[in-house]
Amino acid sequence: MDRRHFLGVTATAALGIAALSTIPGSQDRPEKNGFATTPSEERRRNRFLNVALTTHEGREVRFYDDLIKGKTVLLNFFYTVCTAEAICPLGTANLVEVQKLLGPRVGKDIFMYSITLDPKNDTPGVLKSYAKAFGVKPGWEFLTGEKDAIERLRRNLGYVNLDPVKDKDPSQHSGMLRYGIEPLERWAGCAILSRPKWIAKYLAWVEPAGERPVSFSPESPDVVRS
Amino acid sequence: MAPHIRSSTPDAHEKLVSRYMKEIRDIAKAGLNRRELLRMGLVMGGAGAAALQGARGFKPYWAHAASGSGSGGSLEFRSPRNTPFIDPLPIPPVMRPVTLNPAPTKGTNPALSAVTGFSEATRPDHQRWEEFLPVTTYESIEKAVPHDFYPDIDGVPPSTVWTFVEPSTGNAGPLRIKARYGEPVLHRVHNALPADNGGFGINQTSTHLHNGHNASESDGGPLHFYDAGQFKDFHWPNVRAGFSKNIPESSWNGRTVPGDVRETMSFLWFHDHMHDFTAQNTYKGLASFYTLFSDDINLDTDDETTGLRLPSGEFDIPMVFADKVFDPRTGQLFFDLFNLDGILGDKDTVNGAIQPFLEVKRRKYRFRFLVGGPSRVYEFFLSNGQFFIQLSNDGNLLPRPLSRRSMRLQVAERVDVIVDFSKAGIGEKIHLQNRLEQVDGRAPTGKIIAPTNLVEFRVVGDARDDSRVPAALLDLPSRNVPIAKNRTWKFDRSGGAWSVNGKFFDPDVFSAVIRRNNAEIWTFESPGGWVHPGHPHMEEFQILDRDGKPPRIEEVSRKDMLGIGDSVFGTDNSSKARLFLQFRDWLGDYPMHCHNTVHEDHGMMILFNVVA
Repeated sequence: MDRRHFLGVTATAALGIAALSTIPGSQDRPEKNGFATTPSEERRRNRFLNVALTTHEGREVRFYDDLIKGKTVLLNFFYTVCTAEAICPLGTANLVEVQKLLGPRVGKDIFMYSITLDPKNDTPGVLKSYAKAFGVKPGWEFLTGEKDAIERLRRNLGYVNLDPVKDKDPSQHSGMLRYGIEPLERWAGCAILSRPKWIAKYLAWVEPAGERPVSFSPESPDVVRS
Repeated sequence: MAPHIRSSTPDAHEKLVSRYMKEIRDIAKAGLNRRELLRMGLVMGGAGAAALQGARGFKPYWAHAASGSGSGGSLEFRSPRNTPFIDPLPIPPVMRPVTLNPAPTKGTNPALSAVTGFSEATRPDHQRWEEFLPVTTYESIEKAVPHDFYPDIDGVPPSTVWTFVEPSTGNAGPLRIKARYGEPVLHRVHNALPADNGGFGINQTSTHLHNGHNASESDGGPLHFYDAGQFKDFHWPNVRAGFSKNIPESSWNGRTVPGDVRETMSFLWFHDHMHDFTAQNTYKGLASFYTLFSDDINLDTDDETTGLRLPSGEFDIPMVFADKVFDPRTGQLFFDLFNLDGILGDKDTVNGAIQPFLEVKRRKYRFRFLVGGPSRVYEFFLSNGQFFIQLSNDGNLLPRPLSRRSMRLQVAERVDVIVDFSKAGIGEKIHLQNRLEQVDGRAPTGKIIAPTNLVEFRVVGDARDDSRVPAALLDLPSRNVPIAKNRTWKFDRSGGAWSVNGKFFDPDVFSAVIRRNNAEIWTFESPGGWVHPGHPHMEEFQILDRDGKPPRIEEVSRKDMLGIGDSVFGTDNSSKARLFLQFRDWLGDYPMHCHNTVHEDHGMMILFNVVA
């Protein structure tokens, strides 16, 4: 309703403003030499590696085609024997709470992925018992793969430490959770140890018709945002 | 059902990757420590022992501009080349006051906008509305527009940027509001951004007036965002801090005004502050200038024949510096969504143009420099060795002008400077340069290196100059008030993620609950390895000491940004600073955060609440 009205007004007002959503190079400008106009599908695909991975259920998958493409996802890196500040066990336990909060959407339109940093030891069987031990429900997959594939994927997704020594020490790994809506190219992140309630809400906030934060009022400062 | 996986033939890139992986394994096997790696990196020549290549290959991000190594994923990213100094520096158009329809209201406006048909986003009532009824009202629409960063001759297609567009003129950002003390502003910002983001950004926004002393509902904090299809009225009363209680009125130049005249501000900016998306949305173009004049006390008057007589009108030019990356295949503005450390670009834009020129007359100019982020720190020089006359720090007038050969600015820091071209010859070219080395998003190295030219000043003629360099500008506010509380904020990493005091951002938690009009001392700390430009909303501060020593002369000022960590001065780190600040006049929730916006967007933030 609002949008149509707005377009009508600007068009008739002839204000010299470009259309609401302009695709450069395609309409009002001549093609420039040597530069491709990349459709969003191609741009999205180019951003990720489509490496082969294996899930804790033994399913062979491609990272982009099977796990990411067209989906809303939460993803992190971890390994089963991680003892660094207990990030991994605490993080996994935290994400179990997030999975509960997201409820039946997980596995339907939200997918959770935890990728091992230690593919040598974290075989599908190890990952399966790890998932079982934490009470992980369907819709959340633990992933392993060839060492090089995991390493490339890790770097591609920014799970790196700029200090080369720390970078090769898995106990120094990043405690970030990435969340995103792949088809909308909306990607953000937060600490994996953030309160589960907020992880679920942060995800909702970036969804087009998702929940929104309650506006805080200085008149009633005791009301929390939840 | 397992999909069939084809084995692909290794291309050149695959070979590079596998060589790189082997090198990593070799380094791991050799058990080299960091010092050894660094030494090898420093001393070994191009013969390129495998280890050296490996060390270089550690530059991790496939999209990091000009990092070169092809280390991570798939692409080596280097922006298309540009021809410097072809396009003129874009001069930010001054926004025109308009009559808003419907008229603004204290509470959420019940009527739809006559301009867009949008409804106002739900918000708390404006504080002190009747006291500061808007005198000057502005309107802008956040929308996607095509923009040429490159000059036409480079043949690079325009990028789609998101920026503030003024519906009454069609002008697109960066725009400039010229505001005046004593004239409360209301800025209606419509969000008409598309759901299709062209690769990054989100069409939900919250416009923060950076350094504004404003009520929380008009602060544009990250949790006060609203969706496309809505507008929001931001009430910016342009009143000096202290007006409600501590310093109800004060005098300067024989004129008496509300609040503390020594809290008079000059150079602010507004930018998007959407939760978790500030870096993306601001990088995409949602940033503009707000210059605040104080003719009410005959100080900074926008007229070089009155008050401080600073260069004015066409000789007062704001510049926002932002380094960017462009996809070499498409020429489109690019943002690396999977970089958690901080983002660097290989093209330096000024007001949205890469390496523009500016024709100048042989006279004094007032330039206002803003470092726009996300992560690069700049150190400005003039190519002819000429000194800047620095008037402000973070846009607040200093006690007296300083002569500076160079100035280092963290993200979101601002300076006003006078550059005097009166001694230059006609036809002379002088370059504004950045000479600070920075190789990743963590912090600059602190080394001064060969210059990157940002703007070419071309001296083209003469012009009348009524401006002066004043001997004195504005005294600092008194700190002679009781301190109610001391607090320490440590910018750090915990559990492999950004933290403040070892905790992660939690919207339910007010890390400080502060009685209105109290004064506090805040200590900012950073263990190093990074630089964090800390920024509290609502109030500026004065630095009491840095690392136990009195602040340097240029930091004897009012500030709203504090760089803490690596290479703050020279190659020296600063790990601790104590700040004096007050929380006057307004109530509600405000953030304090790191203004490396990549850090900010990953939770390097706390909330504080000012209560009655």
